[in-house]
Amino acid sequence: MPEVLKAPLVVEFPFTRSLGPVQSAFLTGLRDRVVLGVRTGDGRTLVPPVEYDPVTAEEIRDLVEVAPTGTVTTWAWNHEPRRGQPLETPFAWVLVRLDGADTALLHALDAPGPEAVHTDMRVRVRWADDRVGAITDIACFEPYDGDAAQPTGHSGEFADPVTGIVAAARLDYTYSPGRAQTAYINALADRRAVGERCPACRKVYVPPRGACPTCGVATSEQVEVGPAGTVTTFCIVNIKAKNLDIEVPYVYAHIALDGADLALHGRIGGIPYDQVRMGLRVEPVWTEGGRYPDHYRPTGEPDADYETYKELL
Amino acid sequence: MSKEPVAVTGIGQTKHVAARRDVSIAGLVREAAQRALDDAELTWADIDAVVIGKAPDFFEGVMMPELYLADALGAVGKPMLRVHTAGSVGGSTALVAANLVAARVHGTVLTVAFEKQSESNAMWGLSLPIPFQQPLLAGAGGFFAPHVRAYMRRTGAPDTVGSLVAYKDRRNALKNPYAHLHEHDITLEKVQASPMLWDPIRYSETCPSSDGACAMVLTDRAGAARAPRPAAWMLGGAMRSEPTLFAGKDAVSPQAGKDCAADVYRQAGIADPRRDIDAVEMYVPFSWYEPMWLENLGFADEGEGWKLTESGVTELDGDLPVNMSGGVLSTNPIGASGMIRFAEAALQVRGQAGEHQVDGARKVLGHAYGGGSQFFSMWLVGAEPPDA
Repeated sequence: MPEVLKAPLVVEFPFTRSLGPVQSAFLTGLRDRVVLGVRTGDGRTLVPPVEYDPVTAEEIRDLVEVAPTGTVTTWAWNHEPRRGQPLETPFAWVLVRLDGADTALLHALDAPGPEAVHTDMRVRVRWADDRVGAITDIACFEPYDGDAAQPTGHSGEFADPVTGIVAAARLDYTYSPGRAQTAYINALADRRAVGERCPACRKVYVPPRGACPTCGVATSEQVEVGPAGTVTTFCIVNIKAKNLDIEVPYVYAHIALDGADLALHGRIGGIPYDQVRMGLRVEPVWTEGGRYPDHYRPTGEPDADYETYKELL
Repeated sequence: MSKEPVAVTGIGQTKHVAARRDVSIAGLVREAAQRALDDAELTWADIDAVVIGKAPDFFEGVMMPELYLADALGAVGKPMLRVHTAGSVGGSTALVAANLVAARVHGTVLTVAFEKQSESNAMWGLSLPIPFQQPLLAGAGGFFAPHVRAYMRRTGAPDTVGSLVAYKDRRNALKNPYAHLHEHDITLEKVQASPMLWDPIRYSETCPSSDGACAMVLTDRAGAARAPRPAAWMLGGAMRSEPTLFAGKDAVSPQAGKDCAADVYRQAGIADPRRDIDAVEMYVPFSWYEPMWLENLGFADEGEGWKLTESGVTELDGDLPVNMSGGVLSTNPIGASGMIRFAEAALQVRGQAGEHQVDGARKVLGHAYGGGSQFFSMWLVGAEPPDA
């Protein structure tokens, strides 16, 4: 069996976050080197703060300052920091209960090695030089053997609060289209459209999926279809999509290749966009090195009768 | 043993807008949930379980947001479930919650759905650069426009029908204080003059992108007996799914939608939906889906749906009002959109829809669909309990 195709797929986006009143105060505080928690109905102080009491579900807004010093409640050594983590050299992930808080905050502890870290050790905040109102304004924690620092008595009110952040997210995948689509893509390299026929319902799927979605059985019988086909329906795209190098207007069509039992999607060219119609007979146009037909153009045949393709829209 | 009748005793939603920069996601869902509790005159302690839904995590980029929303929804120490069926999720979330009551697993369940589209990018989330695939299209409009053209070809509907739907829904939205779009100067001419985006779909025939949340309190007979305001009763509810693309799929009138509606009507004893149902709140993200769903849901014969729209039957004062709230065309926080449909149906039979109330609405259908016409969820609610 030929090798199955694989390629990296990177999914990344700079998501925005509206912070709401509590997270706004917390992150603005970090910018100003102040750590704020929130007081619950039963008098506990939660750091990092939340908007709603986890016990009573009541809205909580009573912000209180805690010290930038605290105690490690548990930890794990990170041998190999990844991109975007707080430190580039190996460090400990720690939960730190800051002095004055009843809950612990997750962050990084800068320590020479796991032998230098233990539960109950004392630590303090190391502030980042450039602070913008983000959790990274705490660069990390560092070992500390002094007394608990005294809070400054901050009210939690700020003249120019941070109200939103940008949270860049990125996921790295290795994508494989699987056996059936690999065979389809390999055949396209020879400019042939090869689908698979379902052994039960006899329908031909192009592109093939390796299984029939209606019958739930595996498909393997290869069937070459096309190259010509019929435009079964379409739309005229008038808005330019980002990352899509196609001039508008263009016609996006469902094309039933001859011999296929459902339409695939393609662009129609070689004809003014406003003359494209349902039933138009088309054939693929390839460009050098293209993995797919660049577009489909009219064959010049008479239009297909609606009855012949009305089940293939 | 028969099912426990399910009552809607609390409904809450946010004022839907393009961007709610003043609240976090937690603050947004909380606002709707608190309003639903207030409507039912209940407290967080009265809720036995929480069922939450939203569209794909990719949209806001918060993985499993239900985990962090447990505090905001009073769910700590209680069962909390997440439902996920793309755009139909608001409907299926309500049905999962309703089934917990119907099965007597819980007495009173809070259900909530949301989307904060301003913090997300749905078009990006739906157009990931999958290797080896040919990028052709971005967003939902281009996906659905060819199906609209197929509907027009199949039925011979005049090409003005879509604009009539948009004009009606935007006017209905003016009567709904929670609707996102309030286009006070809307005219039919403006709709018809708006730019063609994905021909045959015009700009004014597409849904907006909204931040919003919707919540409902669902309860059993005992809970309904204690409720301060009239309840809406679930008379039938069903979900169906089918693949987005398969040989023989009818994208204009999907079999899963027909089957889902038939199941709801069977449960509710509806012989003739056109006669027996007073109003419909359906998921119409692009205007032409109104006549398409009218046929799919059995309110018109195949090929005849557009005639109901064209003749004014679906107007707010028509014989079968459709999308009294202004619909998805006026408000679209994607994950919440299905639940807003369900909630509007319930508001109508409770007589609490305010300016967009349909006089004498006793049985109203709420409908949602999602994916590439892939998931369907519907419920029929009535002013009287089942078999009363």
